Amino acid sequence: MFRSAWSDLTSAVQLARLSWSLALLDITLRYRGSVIGPFWLTLSTGVMIGSMGFLYAELFQMDMRTYFPFLALSIVLWNYLSALVSDSANSFMGQEALIRSVRMPFLVYSTRIVLRNLLVLLHNVVVVVVVYVVLRKSPSMVGFLAVPAFLLWQVVSLAVATSLGALCARFRDIPPIVGSVMQIAFFVSGVIWQPSQLKGYEHLLALNPFFSMLEIVRGPLLGEVPSWTIYISALSYSAIVIVLSTVLFARVRGRIAYWV
Amino acid sequence: MSAELLVQNLSLHFPLLHGSARSLKKTIVGNVTGRVSSDGNAGMVVQALRNIDFHLTPGDRLGLVGRNGAGKTTLLRALAGIYEPQGGRVRVQGSLHALLDPNLGMNPDLTGRENIRLRGQYQFLSNAEIRRMEEDVADFAELGDFLDLPVRIYSSGMIVRLGFALATSIRPQVLLMDEWLLAGDANFLEKARLRLEDLVRGAEILVLSTHLASVIEEWCTRVIWLDQGRVRADGNVADVLAAYAAGT
Repeated sequence: MFRSAWSDLTSAVQLARLSWSLALLDITLRYRGSVIGPFWLTLSTGVMIGSMGFLYAELFQMDMRTYFPFLALSIVLWNYLSALVSDSANSFMGQEALIRSVRMPFLVYSTRIVLRNLLVLLHNVVVVVVVYVVLRKSPSMVGFLAVPAFLLWQVVSLAVATSLGALCARFRDIPPIVGSVMQIAFFVSGVIWQPSQLKGYEHLLALNPFFSMLEIVRGPLLGEVPSWTIYISALSYSAIVIVLSTVLFARVRGRIAYWV
Repeated sequence: MSAELLVQNLSLHFPLLHGSARSLKKTIVGNVTGRVSSDGNAGMVVQALRNIDFHLTPGDRLGLVGRNGAGKTTLLRALAGIYEPQGGRVRVQGSLHALLDPNLGMNPDLTGRENIRLRGQYQFLSNAEIRRMEEDVADFAELGDFLDLPVRIYSSGMIVRLGFALATSIRPQVLLMDEWLLAGDANFLEKARLRLEDLVRGAEILVLSTHLASVIEEWCTRVIWLDQGRVRADGNVADVLAAYAAGT
């Protein structure tokens, strides 16, 4: 069981080029014929952050110079997380025709989802850079802590794209549940408000997996080292997701073709 | 290494999931209340293949006949490794190619050339092989300058030619084919027939599912008649086709 899951993984790695072309195609085809192409992603994120920034800085009575970089980073990273999770619901269901006509490692489909969202993220990062440049905020050395955290994100992303994809192919009730969970998560995970605003309840945030995963990448990029509780929380949630996904995938891999 | 295809006691069933059979609610509610409904954990299933046995070696050309729903396509998918069977086993030696969906992954927004490259990647080819495939397909499909234009603007004849050229550009040792694929204008038909025959001759083992008795008489050396997922008859072409014609 685990052996065939492992061979699925190794052959998916050999087919990385295919996953990459498919991910690239997803993006280019979506914008083929448009003048600025995939930079619509950048533009719409920019407009969203620009308009939300002024409004919420006023509502929360915050300094623009600290709030804008925070909001830009949060929104861009959150958009990645949320799009990844909702795309994951479709990682196998959306590829029904392909799954039924060629034998292909299933992880190719989930890698495609991860790479596609990585490409979107790269387009959106431009907005963050612009905000930093305009506000003359320079990232500190602490920012390098975001690199291993971001690599962890990619591993967890692959696990989520695979296991959630399989679950959603089997149980068609799950995609809408996922949708509403992500909507709630947006509001409770400190995307638009800063943790310090919680006054006294901050420590509870470490229980929220979305918050700690977000914070291990966002914190360093804002020049703050996340606390140990955040790291412990992020690492344990990641471990749980990775282990559960591996077991699930090993068990149901042979059934996915029947479910889609 | 010579090709081999060994099928032992192959059984395969489909779970019936998305009718009313097994939703998340029923699974949870069923488990929580301990009132596992009649379809229970085994679920409602459709028995698609039952106890199929055969062994093919180089030179064998197997034809599959049977009514719609007899399990022909499912058997081909199981041979191709797409469906993992619940019982028995399938062992394949040698390169295998399954022509199940001739328009596999053809994207109308991509150019002909991009479609060729993408298909090459789907078939796990190397860059050099993809270049060869590109030449081969371009040469056969006679698309000229259209090769670098989106498939969306092709005439239907051009799409057929491209699809056919793509499908027949891979030369495996074991060839699985769902329906004899031939369509298109008369001039193309003759050329296509030669190419397809060349492909079939080049394969060491052929498994072909078709409704056309004439195709089976011309190409196959053995016929299996599938009925409701079971082997109803297995033997030489004339006998099985005669029994099939009498039995339906």
